[in-house]
Amino acid sequence: MIPAAFDYVRPATLDEALGLLGKHGEDAKVLAGGHSLIPAMKLRLAQPKIVIDIGRIGDLRSIGERDGKIAIGALTTHYEIESSDLLGRSCPLLPEVAGKIGDVQVRNKGTIGGSCVHADPAGDWPAAMLALDAEFEIASPRGTRTVAAKDFFVDMLTSAVESGEILKFIHVPVTAKTAAYVKFAQKASGFAVAGVAAVVDQARKAVAVAVTGVAAKAYRATGVESSLRGLEISAATIATAAQKAADGVDALSDIHASAEFRVHLARVYAVRALELAASRG
Amino acid sequence: MVTTTENAPEVNASQGYFGRAMKRVEDPRLIKGIATYVDDLKLPGVLHAEFLRSPHANANIKSIKTDAAKKLPGVLGIFTGADVNDKAGTIPCASPLPGGKSPAHTVLAGARAYFVGHPVAVVVAETRTIARDALDLVDVDYEPLPAVIDPEKALEEGSPLTHPELGTNVAFTWSLPAGDVDGAFKEADKILKIRMVHPRLTPMAIEPRGCAASWHAGESSLTLWTSTQIPHLVRTLLPGMIHIPENKLRVVAPEVGGGFGSKLNLYAEEAVVSYLAMHLDRPVKWIEGRRENASATTHGRDQIADNEIAIQKDGTVLAIRSKIIADVGSYCQLLTPAIPTLTGLMLCGCYKLKAVRVDLTGVHTNKMSTDAYRGAGRPEAAYMIERVMDLVASELGLDPVEVRLKNMPESTEFPFTTATGLMYDSGNYQAALKKAQDLADWPKLLEERDTARKAGRLFGIGLSTYVEICALGPSKIMAAGGWEWACVRIEISGKVTVITGTTPHGQGQETSFAQIAADRLGVPIEDIVVLRGDTATAHFGRDTYGSRATALGGTAIVMSIDKIIEKTKTLAAALLESTPKEIEFKDGKFFINGNAKTALGWGQLASEAYVAKNLPAGLEPGLEASSFFEPPNCTYPFGTHIVAVEVDRDTGQVKILKYIAVDDCGKQVNPLLVEGQVQGGIAQSIGAALMEKTVYDENGQLLTGEFMDYAIPRAADIPDFVLGSTVTPSPSNPLGVKGVGEAGTIGATPAIANAVVDALSPLGIRHLDLPFTPERVWRAIQEKEGQS
Amino acid sequence: MNTAVKIRVNGMLRESEVEPRLLLVQFLREVCGLTGTHVGCETGVCGACTVLVDGKAVKSCTMFAVQADGSEIRTVEGLSRNGKLHPVQEGFWECHGLQCGYCTPGMIMTAVQLLERNSSPSRDEIRHALDGNLCRCTGYSHIVDAVEHAAKKGLL
Repeated sequence: MIPAAFDYVRPATLDEALGLLGKHGEDAKVLAGGHSLIPAMKLRLAQPKIVIDIGRIGDLRSIGERDGKIAIGALTTHYEIESSDLLGRSCPLLPEVAGKIGDVQVRNKGTIGGSCVHADPAGDWPAAMLALDAEFEIASPRGTRTVAAKDFFVDMLTSAVESGEILKFIHVPVTAKTAAYVKFAQKASGFAVAGVAAVVDQARKAVAVAVTGVAAKAYRATGVESSLRGLEISAATIATAAQKAADGVDALSDIHASAEFRVHLARVYAVRALELAASRG
Repeated sequence: MVTTTENAPEVNASQGYFGRAMKRVEDPRLIKGIATYVDDLKLPGVLHAEFLRSPHANANIKSIKTDAAKKLPGVLGIFTGADVNDKAGTIPCASPLPGGKSPAHTVLAGARAYFVGHPVAVVVAETRTIARDALDLVDVDYEPLPAVIDPEKALEEGSPLTHPELGTNVAFTWSLPAGDVDGAFKEADKILKIRMVHPRLTPMAIEPRGCAASWHAGESSLTLWTSTQIPHLVRTLLPGMIHIPENKLRVVAPEVGGGFGSKLNLYAEEAVVSYLAMHLDRPVKWIEGRRENASATTHGRDQIADNEIAIQKDGTVLAIRSKIIADVGSYCQLLTPAIPTLTGLMLCGCYKLKAVRVDLTGVHTNKMSTDAYRGAGRPEAAYMIERVMDLVASELGLDPVEVRLKNMPESTEFPFTTATGLMYDSGNYQAALKKAQDLADWPKLLEERDTARKAGRLFGIGLSTYVEICALGPSKIMAAGGWEWACVRIEISGKVTVITGTTPHGQGQETSFAQIAADRLGVPIEDIVVLRGDTATAHFGRDTYGSRATALGGTAIVMSIDKIIEKTKTLAAALLESTPKEIEFKDGKFFINGNAKTALGWGQLASEAYVAKNLPAGLEPGLEASSFFEPPNCTYPFGTHIVAVEVDRDTGQVKILKYIAVDDCGKQVNPLLVEGQVQGGIAQSIGAALMEKTVYDENGQLLTGEFMDYAIPRAADIPDFVLGSTVTPSPSNPLGVKGVGEAGTIGATPAIANAVVDALSPLGIRHLDLPFTPERVWRAIQEKEGQS
Repeated sequence: MNTAVKIRVNGMLRESEVEPRLLLVQFLREVCGLTGTHVGCETGVCGACTVLVDGKAVKSCTMFAVQADGSEIRTVEGLSRNGKLHPVQEGFWECHGLQCGYCTPGMIMTAVQLLERNSSPSRDEIRHALDGNLCRCTGYSHIVDAVEHAAKKGLL
């Protein structure tokens, strides 16, 4: 319950934070909402020598629309996303996902950036980020670089953010209402055993389907997507396509769900996500 | 409020507190956050202890290096088994079974660690943070050994032994041959066979354990504050361990944040912390973390039963043969062996079986001990017999309600002695069943099921008609006295102090006992204070467990009050120049028969009693009496729970659509509190039925050590209940109370189990064990659909 | 190395030098002496430690005190005004929304925030708002009743 001792700094600006990160390298960890880092520190699984608290860097906490895209600051809390009128109008998938994360207390403090960088295989955000082809704007002392969602979630608990870098913004497109996120939650923790985000573009007869909780990292169910390309979205076409929801995936297995069950749930929830998304048209 | 609770208690006194649903006097401090749980105690100069625990299920301890840890500033000492085991005694089992083999249970591990979480060393430091840091610096050299995990494999030839010196993994065996079982089986038209598993559960009280000890060197006495259900039993058992006289030990249960049986024990940490306080001559406090609680606080249940049931074609259940394997973990703690024997004794449920044979084997494995957990052996029994009744019904194509009615005793047959020799005090199982069916709108429920099934939905209805044994109990069957004690004192001002030997920790007896006393004495309830939990104040007691407090503690209070009334009649008679026979007591006043003008109240009489200027010869001053109530029998609450569920075919998730419970706990002192106990018990049963299971992997690693992995129900998991009650007073005590603390946990799981199996029955599924997690249900469906 | 913090707790400013690793719940309990906020687990699930930080319900076991520097904290001890109970506290009392009381402070703080955000929640909304608060005693029904009771009474 009590973390190992550490030094604490709270930079006021992103540049200051980057400077500190550069100086301390592997000895440092970035603290945002703390809801991934602090539990790990309390169990002493993480023992950074210095914690860099970026929680007060105001620029990183924002939701703004510009040129058909929405920029979400990395420090925006799940609650701010859940209750955002702008997102409710322009990208309702995100408030839907946010409302399913953890519980009220976790949503008040946890951040979308912290959560994505933590890259928990059972986190909810990765599914939505992949389905939306989000872009991650990452800052370092050398400037900023942008990483596409498909390259952002590298492996279990590993994102593309490297040591010395800090995630700044997540950019998502303005999306139609025909999107949905459904999940089968692990009963104790609330994390996803299988979470599926689906975005349906009825005009172009294309879908984006992403799955979290099933494998070491979230993934796009490309088999489902290609099966539906060019077809009318219907219960029948969805049912057939969804069978591919876990194709080529090495499913996780633990006391909460076997690999076989996760694969099955991926298919079931792919159906549910697509049907729900399509019904919102 | 959406529950409908009907109670027709007899209001047996003028003020009508008994039977009144009223809010609790203990609540203000709790809702304001100013109550004192053990970690809230502020003890000047207190030191903090942290325990280093084995990460292995089975390992020789080759060496423990403490030098580095000792050097950390603020560390006062690091103690291992070599330092304390001969000074802090061995942990007692109060209920060993004849022939049982017990290893010595030293407070810290000695040469070997026997389960993950086994305390190996203890660090004492100025702050909890320093103690925690020091733990990381203690270097233990373990030699891991193969772990004994599967209790059935543990009984096989060639299995590794949990305790090699015992030569066996059998902790104890126990047999209950009751009636002519062989004869009944010969007579039977059919024999059913069913194997049932009740998984291990973790009680998970929201407040983990903790204790603090303070040595008073001047008096050579010790005070131990501990989050316990049993301060009195601790005071009885601890002195021998730490070598101080019983009358130099004070044990205090402060506010306790839930117990459910997991704090009905004497634990290593209590003895070690006590010893350390004495040895260091400074107060020492230890507070358990959640993982420690999950791994080193007692677990519940964990039984595998192979059952054979002898039945007649008409649904009569003649007899049951049950071979039960109880995985008790590495040690028998206080009541470990007793718990599964309660399963055997209650296996008949509320039915007139002719014969029962239970053969119980307790098995030692490299896990934490099992012991009492809400229901303690009776949920396992109710689960089995109620599943059996449904199996009988489905096997014979009969209505599960009719099968139950066929085998139940009539209400006129009480007291009813079961095949296992228990005398059920009173009961009317048919009335509770009927009332539950009425509240459930049974015919409509059946129609709903028909409609749902026609639409291909997996909709199921389940019921359980349960009975349980509680208000433990007559001293003949208890380990160290089953009586209960109370003291009632009218103070000089006329205010009333009630001291109970029970130790409520959420059950509300500070209120319900005040209700009983207010009515009996005819005083305003605001004038009464109920004290509990401190052995210096409640100097006798047998504490709170087994749903005993109101039935036994309440009676002891009434006995004490009646003694005071008797004495006060003598005093009043003297003051009124009359004789005791002429004195009447009514509505809190004593007066000469027929002459209300002579009325004297408690205030005046108390003043006289203590100022003592006008006492008649031979009458001692004071108005105080204490009593021990020795119950003649246990009590037997009962009821019917009806549940409707729907199973999601695709995910295996079970949704409870309707929950109806009718419970009979005899007379109800406070129906609001009764409702709370029933609802809480049902919620724990929902957990046991749908989501809870303590999991050790094949190496004995505990995989459910935190709330992240061990699911307990949340608010969204609990439907609105429809609650009702019948009132069949118990003849086992003058209050007519049976007790209700565990009833919900006993009646609910079987009803849910029966509902889920009913929902799956169109697929040909006959039985499925707990918990009904989505994957388990889904697999059962897949297996059947794969076969078709 | 200790860090200076200034945290307003129940209206009173507390200034202290704390280790960075001191959790907010420890700050409240050990430094401020306010033991109404409880610890029930280590992984931020049980919610017994819930307090309001700048108006938002937060699990104080999953926050360092240093993160709360400059913030306003409300704990259960700060709910009643001039000896008068907060409507949520009253609701818990009236409806028997507690038994052992250990989860209660955290439960109450989460309920306070719920009603500050949604003045008349449905029973299901109440249940879901309490996803982050575990209770082992009550089975939650009376807790839901308690919050409904408070909602009907209103927070003003």
